[in-house]
Amino acid sequence: MSKPPLIEIRDLKKTYRLGDVDVHALRGVNLSVADGEFLAIVGHSGSGKSTLFNILGGLTPATSGTIHLGGEDLLAMSDSDRTRMRRGTVGFVFQKYNLLPTLNAQDNIALAQELAGRNNMNEPWFKEILESLGLAHRLTHKPRAMSGGEQQRVAIARALINRPKILLADEPTGNLDTENSVAVLDILRKLNKQYGQTILMITHNPEAADFADRKVRMKDGHVLEPAGDIIEG
Amino acid sequence: MTNKLVLENLKHRPIRTILVVFAIAIQVNLMLTLVGMSYGMLNDFQKRSRGVGADIIVRPPNTSVLSMSAPSMKEAMVGYLREQPHIKSALGTTVHAMEGFLNSATGIDLKQFQAFSGGFTYKQGGPWTKNNELIVDEYYATQRKLSAGSTIKLLNRDWIVSGVVETGKMSRIFMPLDILQDLTGNTGKYSQLYLRVDDPKNADAIVEQLKSLPALKEFPIYSMESFTSLISIDNAPGLRPFLNVIVGLSVVVGFLVVFLSLYTAVLERTREIGILKSLGATPMFIIVLLFRETIALSIVGSIVGVLLSYATQWLIATLVPASLQMQIVYEWWPISMLVAIFASLVGALYPGFKAAKQDAIEALAYE
Ligand SMILES: Nc1ncnc2c1ncn2[C@@H]1O[C@H](COP(=O)(O)OP(=O)(O)OP(=O)(O)O)[C@@H](O)[C@H]1O
Ligand SMILES: [Mg+2]
Repeated sequence: MSKPPLIEIRDLKKTYRLGDVDVHALRGVNLSVADGEFLAIVGHSGSGKSTLFNILGGLTPATSGTIHLGGEDLLAMSDSDRTRMRRGTVGFVFQKYNLLPTLNAQDNIALAQELAGRNNMNEPWFKEILESLGLAHRLTHKPRAMSGGEQQRVAIARALINRPKILLADEPTGNLDTENSVAVLDILRKLNKQYGQTILMITHNPEAADFADRKVRMKDGHVLEPAGDIIEG
Repeated sequence: MTNKLVLENLKHRPIRTILVVFAIAIQVNLMLTLVGMSYGMLNDFQKRSRGVGADIIVRPPNTSVLSMSAPSMKEAMVGYLREQPHIKSALGTTVHAMEGFLNSATGIDLKQFQAFSGGFTYKQGGPWTKNNELIVDEYYATQRKLSAGSTIKLLNRDWIVSGVVETGKMSRIFMPLDILQDLTGNTGKYSQLYLRVDDPKNADAIVEQLKSLPALKEFPIYSMESFTSLISIDNAPGLRPFLNVIVGLSVVVGFLVVFLSLYTAVLERTREIGILKSLGATPMFIIVLLFRETIALSIVGSIVGVLLSYATQWLIATLVPASLQMQIVYEWWPISMLVAIFASLVGALYPGFKAAKQDAIEALAYE
């Protein structure tokens, strides 16, 4: 690699304290992700996948190790710096969509851009994204009036509105049927190929993982690379 | 968009929103009603004082505008005052405090009263002719369901109402001066002296002149103009503390209502708060969001409270015959609104901090 990686994780550890018990969710993760890469992360339940995302997205601090995100030392940041980073650098897509139920699709997206202090709603590139997500006619609907697939596409649009360097998708198809899953995965791949969007996607589904350029497996708080030689299940 | 989020959150639970608005409205209405009644009472007292037609009023030593005290001015004072330059006539009355705020029986000499202030306009009956008769005003008559010929027990004695007069002159209950003085052990003593002067425009100058007389050194003397202008909340004994207590109570009520409502709202919105945090919302943003919701609720609640105060005014006037009229006191609109907003914001503090402190990941895992 000539360019430095967009994400550089070294010996990352995370220990949750539950009362008197220490839960070692991450036990020394090493991972590099290049700019423009579409990476799938697979692994058993409890292997630390979501924990890794939450740290990357600045939702929770790490216990030790280093993360360089576009050259910046994430773990050296203060809480408020991490919050600022979260707004502009990282976009989350969750298994449960996590749209605000009281706001319609458009307002859900608009709130995300307002929190980041941006105004991309009417930019041609974003209109194009909305168009390719097939959302143009769904924007005034509230989440409960939309199907799971539609809600997930709104969540993707919301995650993209601030042009994040990294899209973190935690089991984005976990709640969707096959048809909708394929649609969402197609969209992710298109975003990656067409716009060079860096995507990290957690999935339990091997077929979903095949949409990515590269696969890694997590096990007991470690990242095993390459994932290919370990059989799913 | 944050405004929209606040609005949508309020619309999301319409019953809760309506109940909180209503509770704040009642809180505001409570303040406005009690303030309005207080002002109504003072205003009524003011009108009746003016209705006497005096230019100057002399009160016993060591009294203030609205304080009651034992009659302590001697008969001779009346004559003395009458002889002063510019004084046309003088009228002495004895006031005996009765149940109720600013409510009293006043002893007058009917003939002197007639000469001094033009006498009464009788709606029923006429002047008293016997020692056990008294006169009441229309307000009191309606309130107590009295008419000419009725009997009423006052000061441990049965009285017959000889006449009902138009409201607005001096008092609500009038008794023969000497009888009231004797009954209350104040024979020959007065609690209020009214003066008329040759030229009312000079009333203030004449007051100064009276004050400079050594014999009147200790006596509070007011022109009627300044006397009535001094009738205010702050001069009414006990009224200001009473209003403070009411404001304090309504702060507590508003605090509790908003606290409970927002506390449950924050629990209910745990997941949404997690979503906002995952989108990069700061703890401050979350608090401000709840504060905005609170302020919106208090402003709407206050407006409804103001409207309710008109309804209360109408209700009191309609359902309670001859009640004191409740005044609409505009100055208290912003005051009661600020009190409501303050109480609500205090109530929103703890739920707000709870929401802001919430762990984003746990909140997102919340079902
Ligand atoms: N907030 C938390 N407090 C305590 N322990 C936690 C917390 N979050 C996760 N853990 C623990 O950390 C470990 C890793 O959890 P994590 O959610 O990262 O797993 P995962 O790989 O995402 O699993 P799944 O596939 O089921 O989503 C688990 O043992 C889990 O119980
Ligand atoms: Mg997970």
